[in-house]
Amino acid sequence: MDIRDNLRYATSHEWATEPDGGLVTVGISDYAQDQLGDVVYVELPEPGRKVAAGDAVAVVESVKTASDIYAPVSGTVEAVNEALVDTPEKINESPYGDGWLFRLRVEDASELRTLLDPDAYRRAAAEED
Amino acid sequence: MAEPRRGSFPSIYERSRPGRRAARPPRHDEPDLAALLGEDQLRDDAPRLPEVSELDLVRHFTQLAHRQFSIDGNVYPLGSCTMKYNPKVHEDAARLFQDLHPYQAPETAQGTLQLLFELQRDLGALTGMDAVSLQPAAGAHGELTGILMIRAYHEARGEGEQRKVVIVPDGAHGTNPATASMAGYSVVEVESDARGEVDLEAFRRALGPEVAAVMLTNPNTVGVFESRILEIAGLAHEAGAQLYYDGANLNAIVGRVRPGDMGFDVVHLNLHKTFTTPHGGGGPGTGPIGVKAHLADFLPVPLVVRQDGGYGLSEDLPHSIGRMRSFYGNVGNLVRAYAYIRTLGLEGLRRVSGHAVLNANYLRVKMQRAGFRIPYQRLNMHEFVAQPPEGVHTLDVAKALLDYGMHPMTVYFPLIVKEAMMVEPTETESLETLDAYAEALGEVLERAAAEPGFLAGAPYDTPVRRLDEVRAARQPVLRFPFADEAG
Amino acid sequence: MPYLPHSPDDVRRALETIGVDSIDALFDELPASLRNPDIELPPAMDETALMAHLRALAASDVTGGPTFLGGGMRRHFIPAVTPHLALQSEFVTAYTPYQPEVAQGVLQATFEFQTMMAELTGLDVSNASMYDGATAVAEAALLAVRHTRRDAVLVSRGVHPETRAVLATYLRAQGIAIQTVDLQDGRTPVPAGPDGAACVIAQQPNHLGSLEDMATLGEAAHEGGGLLVAVVDPLSLAVLKPPGAYGADVAVGDGQTLGNPTFFGGPSFGFMVVRQELLRQLPGRLVGQTADVEGRRAYVLTLQAREQHIRRGKAKSNICSNHQLTALMATVNMAALGPQGLREMAAGSVRQAHRLADRLRAEGARLALDAPFFNEFTLSTRQPGSVVRSALAARGVHAGVPVGSEYGLGHAVLLAATELVTERDMDALLGALRAGGELEAAEVRHG
Repeated sequence: MDIRDNLRYATSHEWATEPDGGLVTVGISDYAQDQLGDVVYVELPEPGRKVAAGDAVAVVESVKTASDIYAPVSGTVEAVNEALVDTPEKINESPYGDGWLFRLRVEDASELRTLLDPDAYRRAAAEED
Repeated sequence: MAEPRRGSFPSIYERSRPGRRAARPPRHDEPDLAALLGEDQLRDDAPRLPEVSELDLVRHFTQLAHRQFSIDGNVYPLGSCTMKYNPKVHEDAARLFQDLHPYQAPETAQGTLQLLFELQRDLGALTGMDAVSLQPAAGAHGELTGILMIRAYHEARGEGEQRKVVIVPDGAHGTNPATASMAGYSVVEVESDARGEVDLEAFRRALGPEVAAVMLTNPNTVGVFESRILEIAGLAHEAGAQLYYDGANLNAIVGRVRPGDMGFDVVHLNLHKTFTTPHGGGGPGTGPIGVKAHLADFLPVPLVVRQDGGYGLSEDLPHSIGRMRSFYGNVGNLVRAYAYIRTLGLEGLRRVSGHAVLNANYLRVKMQRAGFRIPYQRLNMHEFVAQPPEGVHTLDVAKALLDYGMHPMTVYFPLIVKEAMMVEPTETESLETLDAYAEALGEVLERAAAEPGFLAGAPYDTPVRRLDEVRAARQPVLRFPFADEAG
Repeated sequence: MPYLPHSPDDVRRALETIGVDSIDALFDELPASLRNPDIELPPAMDETALMAHLRALAASDVTGGPTFLGGGMRRHFIPAVTPHLALQSEFVTAYTPYQPEVAQGVLQATFEFQTMMAELTGLDVSNASMYDGATAVAEAALLAVRHTRRDAVLVSRGVHPETRAVLATYLRAQGIAIQTVDLQDGRTPVPAGPDGAACVIAQQPNHLGSLEDMATLGEAAHEGGGLLVAVVDPLSLAVLKPPGAYGADVAVGDGQTLGNPTFFGGPSFGFMVVRQELLRQLPGRLVGQTADVEGRRAYVLTLQAREQHIRRGKAKSNICSNHQLTALMATVNMAALGPQGLREMAAGSVRQAHRLADRLRAEGARLALDAPFFNEFTLSTRQPGSVVRSALAARGVHAGVPVGSEYGLGHAVLLAATELVTERDMDALLGALRAGGELEAAEVRHG
């Protein structure tokens, strides 16, 4: 179970980076991609869309399931990972790298503090099993 | 037997050759289509449809039929699907009514209208409901009809804006929340308790003035009867909500218990389940609904009514939710359900539910003896939930069963049980068939334990083996890839 | 008891295994007040009595005789080979193909259906069928709403009245507005202000039988930023320009004319075919091609994550089943007739309908409209449409679907002809109309 120490996590298994120039990158954890199985399709939000923390903003589909992806913090969608349209398997292969989902321009960086730190997420994921 | 055992089975398009044809319609002089219709209305190229001789056509579809499991060929205990025997006499019955046109003068359709009227009456009697519509084309369609009627009811009472929520149990079939969404409602799920029934406390907490309806199946999706249904109904009605009955599991109680008596306001039936109209490989189904008197004004139109000493179709229902489909219903299947009810009568239908529950409990015991876990240790109704032993995957067991010429049970439903297997043998299977099924399952577990890797490679003897479903979803090919099209 | 296999010994053995005394004991946990109510049902019949009873009912129906009924369903030639193949018991008694290894029959036939519907309509992706044409139109409107994120649709009055009624029921539930465009001389004018509409919905041929200028309607829809939803008679596409060629984004309709009996209105099936870009919005089942572990081509239900059993409340639709068996009849029938046979049927229907119109005009009858028609047209009548229909029926001719007053045509009926119609059938119809006083020189009637 690969859980990166430089990220913060939502209980719904999204990860978020610290803000870099006001932008936070979001993806799903290694645990989440493993649970989902082979990703076949990703529905990404439209750039420009304003989202609140906890809003369902994207969908990741495998053959047997479809998972809503929730915005871990509030902000405006600045960019989405277009490469996932043709190669959704990047989410399985590189959930923290090439499998990133979208970037948000955040107003209130303090919202990140409400997310789980890597240890807390490790514990939460273990409990789900 | 010319079907290839190795290699790919040909597409009808691969059997095509230019200039071939099978059937010939009556011929007429070729009209001047450009003059009659306008040149710009005509298509430039013929559509690419198969060109096959009649014998090639017959070989193709006969061989395809041989690549298909069916009730007629294989035991098929899919939970909540009620795969009972489809009587052949029903096919002869249906054929008697197939040439009627929906718009022929009603006085020339009196036999069919009478049949529909009587079926309405009989379904109302069996469910304890006051009015019935035979229109909906499927269970999900019946659900939408019923929920829209409930919505109209609340609107008529000035509570439409207030009531925006539908409650479903967490084990509900996917159509329930999907239907609620289509009708403009949001959905709240309520947990089940350890016995597999709706958690009454959770249910109480979920009720409130914003709830429009509660959708339940009884017996529920884990095959147990909601023993506190009268209490649940009372609580829902006190909160001003309407109670909706998903009739998917009626086979457990048909003739013995009426949903109307349980307190339900709206009921839909799945005639392709309880009343043995054929599943057809996925449809057409039929999903008639029954309602209590206070909802009758909202039924979809047209209604089949008594009229002028005979029967007719009426649109005179000012508060109707409107039309849910074209014409009147899936008449071909309604005839089959009618024939079934007439064949069995009340005693016969009571025996149907009695033997359905008997067979399900019998198979539960046999499967437990064969090594499967049974999460709800109690008498079940017409179906039950099982799990393979720890470490064995339901999917693999299902695939291994195919090599025995037996269809697996429903897998991975309901969602509230891990590695769920839902089994519904129905009343038309003999004990030897059920014994053989349990024996095959036992053998599968033994082989799984003795030969690692055996299950994961199953099936071995079917026309095709495990499919690459990921590829099918990532690179969808949804029509025949003609040679002149980019890959 | 029919269909129930257990002897008393079987029941005894089963009860012993379970550990209860009687079948009734299996229901002991149910509240006593609910158990075994008095239910009134007719007494059981054996097979002989059943068929006699049903034949007696059928005898009160009238199905023989010349027929010119249309209005959305028509009696066409269906070769004997079609039901023999489509109604093989493996196809009739199979379930939905969720275990593809043992369901290649249904899956491949469905894939072939999807291919044929795409070819007929000239669009990219067909689903595996829906309940009927009317609900398919409603689902198409909802698709357009999702895709454009607009909350209004435009529909021509030329779309079948029952279809528009179903559309209203479905769309009202989600708060979507419907604007109806009236016909001019039996055809749809370019709608004023399609801006803001998620789609323009028009039918070809329309309910009155007339041919529409679908290309112009499509342009107007697209200029307004909406989709064109074309409601089409699939058999007509053997000769008519297909929706894909005139800019339609979605083609829907009822498939009955492709090879199912009329069955008093059902079951038939609906179809929906869309442009590639709309694939993810497409409701209903889809069969895709793939390979098995040995590399053999195989078919499987795919993209299921759109559907209710996975997305539940967020599914594109609550639709669970398709109309597999009736769609299969159409698939077999299209393969049996081939492009040549379907073309002959469509052209033959056009020929017979125009022949009928000519003969009627020669006898003083008046068609209500001048617009070109396909194989159905509107006849002005002296009596109300339903009266005319009954009078014709009394003379052994099935004809005269009444035209609703919403069209402003006064008394009128629809008359359709197919390749099955003969000169003698037309003689009978003309004779019956004459006897009913409908062919006397009438003053011009206007609605």
